[in-house]
Amino acid sequence: MPVSVTSSKVIFDALKKCDVRLISALPETWLVHLIRMADDDPDMVLVRLAKEEEGVGVSAGAHFAGVKSAMLMQNHGFLASINGIVSFAYLYKIPLLMVISYRGSFGERDPWQTQGGNVTEALLRAMGIPYSVLDSIESVEKRIRQAQALTESSLQPVALLLTRDLMWEE
Amino acid sequence: MLRLDCLRAVYPDLEKCLVVTIMGATAAELHSLGHRPNFFYLQHAMGLASSTGLGLALSLPDQKIVVFDGDGSLLMNLGSLSTMARYQPKNLFHVVFDNESLLSVGGFPTATSTGTDLEGIARAAGIPAVRTVRTLEDFKTAVKNALHTSQLTTIVAKVEPTGPAGYVTDLSLVENRFQFRRYIQSLKRQ
Repeated sequence: MPVSVTSSKVIFDALKKCDVRLISALPETWLVHLIRMADDDPDMVLVRLAKEEEGVGVSAGAHFAGVKSAMLMQNHGFLASINGIVSFAYLYKIPLLMVISYRGSFGERDPWQTQGGNVTEALLRAMGIPYSVLDSIESVEKRIRQAQALTESSLQPVALLLTRDLMWEE
Repeated sequence: MLRLDCLRAVYPDLEKCLVVTIMGATAAELHSLGHRPNFFYLQHAMGLASSTGLGLALSLPDQKIVVFDGDGSLLMNLGSLSTMARYQPKNLFHVVFDNESLLSVGGFPTATSTGTDLEGIARAAGIPAVRTVRTLEDFKTAVKNALHTSQLTTIVAKVEPTGPAGYVTDLSLVENRFQFRRYIQSLKRQ
């Protein structure tokens, strides 16, 4: 599978380095290595969800408990989480570090991913969610650290978009 | 059986627990009995009270977490039952007040009014201890058992579709959230 193990490892290590200790996730192709790394790490709590919106509640619970967390999901999972983000994270000022695989963008071969790709950045902007597009491995650690700092200081959601250039080796 | 009577019966036992409620009547009724800093009222985001309880339970394994859910909220996030069952935190106690109605948004009947069995769904999802109660005495017994056993438990309490006249309290949502988190951090320092 041409999903980049190297990039996945850099992302996972960066999350750990900024004290993320709980990751909620729903499986998707680009995230397989990341999810496995979280599962194999005894210092990380991995919560495999039935639907991504649950992750907003799980992250809120972790935040109340003083545990830093991240939501690992596909952009369609972000679409499925929008009411939770608005009616919980924004309403109650909950930090949410959302690590989102950016499917349906340039180079996408799966027709079913393409509509979600069209609306992802427009929706992030409409919701006022600060986001950064991660397309090179060199910037990953710094951007994750910055995103984590911003979500904690602003008490609001922050998103990182994992691109094909970062996640796919072909 | 009235939800308010159930909450009144369990109220003394909640002192040492972390409590998450759903919106509307359930939040207003618990608040009316006397707010405590260990109570968090999730006034929107229907369905996510149980997910919040799961996040708390996995992060604080030595704390008892109590979630007061409802049929309308749980039906919006049935997957939460399967996620809770997957991790089975021993410190999570999930109470579902089933009034067969979306009371807080106008009293429309939910699917439990036409036969959907939340006890059956919870059991089939893999929740290890599940029970439906219909009387206050059975509710009290079920709560005592759940609070004194180390097993993920879901109790479906069948209650009347009645509630208070209004749902807005004098506690702002954000104040509640900061107070709840500060309370948990104070526990950690003890």
